[in-house]
Amino acid sequence: MMSPDSISIAYTWASILAVALASVVGDVLLSRAMREVGDVNDLWWRSGTWAVVRRTLGNPNFFAGLLALALSFFSLMFSLSWADVSLVGPAAASLTFIGNAFAAKIFLHEKVDRRRWMAAVLVAAGVALLAG
Amino acid sequence: MNFRKYLVLAGVAIFAATGDAMLSQGMKQTGRISPHHLSTLIAALLNPTVAIGIVLLVGFFATYMNALSWADLTYVLPASSLGYVLLALIAKFVLHEHVSLSRWLGIALISGGVGFVAAGPAATPRKEGGSAESGPDRRAESLSPDCKDRRAASGGWE
Repeated sequence: MMSPDSISIAYTWASILAVALASVVGDVLLSRAMREVGDVNDLWWRSGTWAVVRRTLGNPNFFAGLLALALSFFSLMFSLSWADVSLVGPAAASLTFIGNAFAAKIFLHEKVDRRRWMAAVLVAAGVALLAG
Repeated sequence: MNFRKYLVLAGVAIFAATGDAMLSQGMKQTGRISPHHLSTLIAALLNPTVAIGIVLLVGFFATYMNALSWADLTYVLPASSLGYVLLALIAKFVLHEHVSLSRWLGIALISGGVGFVAAGPAATPRKEGGSAESGPDRRAESLSPDCKDRRAASGGWE
C-alpha cells in the first residue's frame, strides 16, 4: 500500500514527464510541418501572406503539433495542482530541452553534433537554476 | 543567416519572455481560476494585462513557426531560451528585484549554451531528391517564378 506522500510524488513526476513528452512531440511535429512548408519568408516574398497561411494550415503535422502542445498545457495544469510551480516549471522545461535534442536527432534527422549537445545540456541546467 | 533571420530569432525570445511575464503578472491580479466558476476564466481573459500577454504569445508562435521553417529545432530552442536571460535582466535593472547568485549562474549557463549553437550552422543540409519530408520545399525551389505564380493563382500548393 502506497502512502499518500509517495502517491503525490508519483503523480507529480508522472505529470511532469507527461508535460515534457507532450511538448517534445509537439515541437517535433511543428518543426516537421514548417520544414515541409519551407522557408516562409521566401514563400511570402513569392506568393504573399495568403499562400503562407494556406500552406501552414493545410499541413496535418501542424495540427497534430498544436494538439500535442494543448495536451502538454493541460498536463501542466494537472501537474500544478499537485506540486509547486518552482518544481514543475524548471523540471518540465529542462526535460523538454534534453528530450528535444534526442527527438530532433532521431525523428527529424537533424545533425545534433557536440556543440548542440553542449547547448542542450547547458540551457537545461541554466533554466533549472534560473527558475529554481 | 542574414539580418532578417536574427531579427526573427530575437522576436522569438522577446515575445516568449514578455508574453509569459505579462500573463503571470495578469494572473496575479485576477486570482485563481476555478473550473466550477467559468466567470473567473472570462474575467481573467478580460484583464488587460492578460490580454496583452496573449497577444504577445501569439506573436511568439508566429515568429517561432517562422524560425522553424528555415532552421533546425535544436538551433531555435536554445536561441529562444535567451528570453529567460532577458527576463532576469529586466527583473534586475528595470524592476530592481534581487537576482540571486544561482540565477546569475543560470544566466551564464544559458548564454554559454546559446553561444555554442550560434557558432554552428542554423540548419542541417538536406539531401537532394531525398525523402518524402524534404519533397515539398525541393519542389518549390525547382519551380520557375512564373510557374509558381500560376500555381498560387490556381489555388495553392497542395
